[in-house]
Parts: sequence; C-alpha cells; structure tokens
Amino acid sequence: MPMLLAIELAYWQETAIKVAVMAVLVPTTALILGIVFLFKMMSWMQSRMGPQEAGPRGLLQLLADGVKFLQKEDIIPDAADRFVFKAAPIVVLVSTFLTYVVVPAGPDLVIENLPTGIFFAMAVSSLSVIGVLMAGWASSNKYALMGGLRAAGQLIAYELPLVLAVTGVVIQVGSLSMQDIVWAQATGEIFGWGGIGLPLILTQILAFFVFMAAVQAELAQPPFDMPIAETEVVGGYHIEYTGFRFLFFFLGEFATAFAFAAIAATLFLGGWYVPGIPPDSVWANVVGPIALFVKIMFVSFLIFWFRFTYPRFREDQLQTFAWKYLIPLSLVNITVTGIVVVAF
Amino acid sequence: MTLTESQQLAYVAAQAADARVNLQFETDDGMTLNIGPQHPATHGTLRIIVRLDGEQVVRAEPYPGYMHRGYEKLCEVRTYPQVTTLVNRIDWLGSFANEVPFILAAEKLMDIEAPPRAQVIRTILFELSRMANVSLFLGDLGIQLGGITIGFYAFRDREFVLNQIESATGGRFHPNFDRIGGLKDDLPKGWIAETKRCMERMRTFCDQFETLVLGNEIFQARTRGIGVIPPDVARSYGLTGANIRGSGVDWDLRRDSVPPGLSYDKADWKVHTHPDGDSFARTWVRLQEVRESTLIVDQLLDAIPSGPVMAKVPRIIKVPEGEAYVATENPLGEMGYYVVSKGDLVPFRVKIRSASFNNISIVPWVTRGVFVPDMVTILASLYFILGDIDR
Repeated sequence: MPMLLAIELAYWQETAIKVAVMAVLVPTTALILGIVFLFKMMSWMQSRMGPQEAGPRGLLQLLADGVKFLQKEDIIPDAADRFVFKAAPIVVLVSTFLTYVVVPAGPDLVIENLPTGIFFAMAVSSLSVIGVLMAGWASSNKYALMGGLRAAGQLIAYELPLVLAVTGVVIQVGSLSMQDIVWAQATGEIFGWGGIGLPLILTQILAFFVFMAAVQAELAQPPFDMPIAETEVVGGYHIEYTGFRFLFFFLGEFATAFAFAAIAATLFLGGWYVPGIPPDSVWANVVGPIALFVKIMFVSFLIFWFRFTYPRFREDQLQTFAWKYLIPLSLVNITVTGIVVVAF
Repeated sequence: MTLTESQQLAYVAAQAADARVNLQFETDDGMTLNIGPQHPATHGTLRIIVRLDGEQVVRAEPYPGYMHRGYEKLCEVRTYPQVTTLVNRIDWLGSFANEVPFILAAEKLMDIEAPPRAQVIRTILFELSRMANVSLFLGDLGIQLGGITIGFYAFRDREFVLNQIESATGGRFHPNFDRIGGLKDDLPKGWIAETKRCMERMRTFCDQFETLVLGNEIFQARTRGIGVIPPDVARSYGLTGANIRGSGVDWDLRRDSVPPGLSYDKADWKVHTHPDGDSFARTWVRLQEVRESTLIVDQLLDAIPSGPVMAKVPRIIKVPEGEAYVATENPLGEMGYYVVSKGDLVPFRVKIRSASFNNISIVPWVTRGVFVPDMVTILASLYFILGDIDR
C-alpha cells in the first residue's frame, strides 16, 4: 500500500495523533447522530418541528444541551457505592472508544489494523455490559437495579447472534482483520464482473439482518429498550445520574450506535471502498472516509428508523426472539456459508 | 409563616402515617417497588405499591388521593352556575363532558328542558370532548409501550378538535359553556363546515392508528391476552365505559338510558364490544368509539334545528328542594352527579361518581402474577385520569 503522507513519525508522535483523533471523533459522531437522527429525522417523522432556536435551524441544540449537562449539579445518592457509581459511565465510554480503534476509514486510515480486528471490536463492545451493571447496582435504586439486570440479560443474549452473524462474513473472507474484509469486498467479483466489487450484503443478507437486529438490542434502542424504558423503569440504570455523568452515558449510547453502524458498513457494505476508485490508489485515502461516512449514515438511518417506529418488546419476548429466531437463523447462515466456501 | 401547634401536630402525624406505610411494605418479604406518585406510567399522581417476585407482580395496591381537591365539598359553597367551573377540571381531557351531567341534574330538579337546538349542540360538544379525550388515550398507549410516534400524531390531530371546541366555546380545555336551561352562546359562523373537515381528519387519524399500532406485531404481542377481565368480574368491580365493553358487555348509557337534554337518538350509530377482555380489546373498543363519535357528530351537524339556545330561566337560579342523580356516558365511563338541594342558591350536597375511581379499583385483581411491563400495559389500557380518580 502506498503511503499518502511519506512522513516517518516517532511512536509517541503517532500515538499522540491517534489519541487526538479519537478524542475528537467519538463525541463528534455522537453529536452528528444526535442532531441528524434524534432531533431532525425524528421530528420530521413525527410531524413536529424539532429544535429551532439554537443556531441555524437549531443545529447547535445538542451542543447547548451538552453545556447544560456540564452545568448541572453532580448528585450522588447517599446510599450509592461512590467509587463504582463514578466509574460506571467511564467504563461504558471506554468500551465505546475502544470499538473505534479497529474500524478502517481508508487503506492507511486506521488507528490500529489488528489482525483480529473484528474479534477485538466484538470483545470490547461487550465491555459496556459491565459498566451498565455497575451503574445499576451502585445506584442503590430499585429501578436502576431492574434496568441494569435487564440490560445485562439482554446484552448477553444478543452478543451471541451478533458474533454468529459476523462469523458468516469471517468464514467467507477468511480473515478477522477489518482491512482484509474491506479488501476482499473491493477486489471481489460478482460472477466475474468486478464493477462494484462484491459487497458482502449480497451473499450475507441473512447475516446482515441478524446483525442489525442484534445491534438494535445491543444499543438498547426501541424495540429493545427495556433497560431504559422510561414508562417502566424510568430510565433504568441511568436514573440516578445527572450532569456530565449522564452526558457520558448519552455520548456512549450514540457513539456506540455510530461504531456499530461503522462495523456494519465495513462488514456488509464495503467499508471505505468506492466503486471506480482502485483501493490501492492514494485517492482511496481521501474518498474513503467520505464513503464510509455515507454508508454509516445509511445504516444509522435503518437503526433509528426502527427506533421511531416500533413499540418495545417485553423482556421474555426479547429473549425468545434472540434464542428461538436470531441464533438459529445465524447458525443456518454459518452452515450454508461454510458449505459454499468449502464446495467452491 | 408560622404554623400553629395543631397544624404542626397534624403535619407530624401525616408524615408518621406515610412512614408507617413505607415501613410496613419495606419489612415484608420480597422486593417492594413504589411506583408513583411521580412515575411516567401513572400519568399523574397515582401511587401504586407493588410487591415483586423477580419481575413478577405478587400484589399491587393503588393508593389514590395525592390529587384530592375536595370538589364535592367545594360544590356546597358554589352557586349552581359556578359549579361547572369547578367540575370541568375533574376529567381535564374531556372537560365539557363533566359539566353536562351536573347541569342535567340541576335541570331535572328545576324541571327545565333546554331547547332542541341547545340539546343537539350540547351533544355535539359532548362527543367532541370524547374525541379529544380518547384520541389522546390512543397516543398515550403508544407512548407507554415505547412507540412514541403515535403519541405525537395524537397530539397533532387532537389539536383540531380542541380548535373546534375553542371556537365554539372560547375555552380549549375548560369551556364552562353549559348552562342550566341551554348553552351560553350560539355556534359561530362557518363552524359546521369546519367541524366536518375536522371529523375527516379524526377518521384519518384512526386509520393511521390502526395501521401503525393495532396492526403491529409487537403491539399485539404486548397487549393480546394481557390483563384479561372476564365480564362478570368487570361488572362486579363496577367498570364502565370502554373497559366493560372491552370485556364483551354490551353496555352504553348513551343508548341505554340517555337522560333528557342530550339527543343521541337523532343519530344512527352503534355500540362496539369486543369479546376478549384484554388490553387489546379495550384499545380496539376505544378506537371504534372515536370513529363512531365522528359519525355521530357528522349526523348531528346536519340535524341542528333552528331556534334559541337558551330556555327561559330565572336570573337568580334557586333550585327547588329535592334530589336527583343523572349519569352520562363520559369518555372514561359512567359519570354521575347526585345532587341534593334544600331550595337554596347552593347545592346542599353533591356526590360525584367518576369512572376512573372504579376503573382502577380492579388493578389489584387484574395485575396478580403479571410482569412489570405488563402492568404498564394494563394501567395504560384501563385508561384513568388522575383528576377523575381523586376529584
């Protein structure tokens, strides 16, 4: 792969740049998703105005809300386990940050191209369960406890279809590295025609649906939002959180949505690859991030579309859905993929 | 402000009583969850103390009274025309409907009948407030179940009904328009055509609700078979309105015993019942009720007779001695006023029978053994208004 910038950097310089990029990227993505989907698309679908006052067409509303959160009093309940209570939002946010590490935005634009990239992403994304459980337990609130336990049960149940759905892709590509998965799609051919590469959604359509359903549950978005269902457990595990600690959960939720959308775009839609631009050219580094962003926005649109349309499941119905439908479906997908890969 | 000693003692006693309730529930086995008075599912200040086994409800006990405003007692120091200002705050979503039974009871005592034009317009406004009320229920059910989009649609389309009520009466929420012997004013110009357009809109909303919510698989999974109330239980708990019709009991005061002063007989409409008795049935019945309401209004709009809207009543209203009970089919169920008069300017005693108080009395029975999310479904589908419970 040719280097876009032929500059040799020391290890600490490289690390500093990567950390800075991450520190800017994660909150920005959360802001973008929040404004575009939570404020604008949601109000458009629900035929109402949405925020209008802060900034042009209310685009700065989320920023204003963020400032508002920072100003609020940081309340910790008397009976709370103070250390765990304070640590929980950080654990959630760390898991979100780590997920971004392996997502490539171009041939060279990846923070760390781990050979086991997708495995790493799945592993660190499930770290957030620990944070959620910590928040639920440490708040010393019954609603928070119920929300935390619901979240734990749900996230563990949906971790399985998520991983199994990814397994289909991994079998077809033959690599766990996210870069390799993109390259396989970029250089793939549809019955000998390589015009648009081979986006894996064409062969792994079943895995794509299972993955999206599982992502929806991982993010605790409706129809799977029982952990934070405000009419049942009144916000669940973040009921006792105020101010910037609540902001951490909020950031974590939307940044994780963006990260999962990025993973879905990379696995199934070709990631940074744009048809017509050779993946080994310098231009791929320039166009790549834009292409990835467009694809991520498309996947996020699906996620939020479901969010605004469906009522929520009940806890046992959710488990039934995971164990009786999603997991068998993804096992079928793995079996078929395995047979096809071995046979051809 | 300094408190007198007796006030302080009363305050301490109230605090102690509250603490005793809490203690009693905390020290028993199992987990006790206090839902309300501030909880989104109680949409108001209903307090429900739930004993849980895991997420399963062992016992749920509603504790109403956090919004008690003493209307029955207050009525005793208001003259008859002033009472409507009070009572239309009982069920605040369909407030014109609260005034009507009281006015009808007073008319019955005074032996006055409103002119035919006033009777028809009264019925139209009654049905409009039913629509304003029940359409919000339909949206609220969606919100309770997590599908908030329909909630915004309900607020949007209810606005048109409220506009019609406002342009006729001057008040969006509290019209205070019904008078003993007729109505305050006649209808404004162009109101009839505008209301017909509004009815079209409400029917569109009902279709939207049917496709977006009723037809949704998740909604059906959440409501079908949840909170089943058999007909005999519904009768024994005194359920009224759509709750009892959802249990398959064909009971509607608008058809069975419409008091003089309302003209439901001029329209051709039918009562919908559903045999299942679950949350889905109650929702379905309410949806059909809104549809039927729009049809009633459409027909009555064409049948408004000409004439005055006010009968001849004395300038100072003194109700002759006697007692009367008049009940109407309000949006939430049977609402009745038992008025006792001693021939004075003010009623001697007013007893208000409101629907929601009886409707939530079934909560301990119907929530045994359900899960917490199902309890939210059941509470939402029973549909209570806090003002209607506590008065």
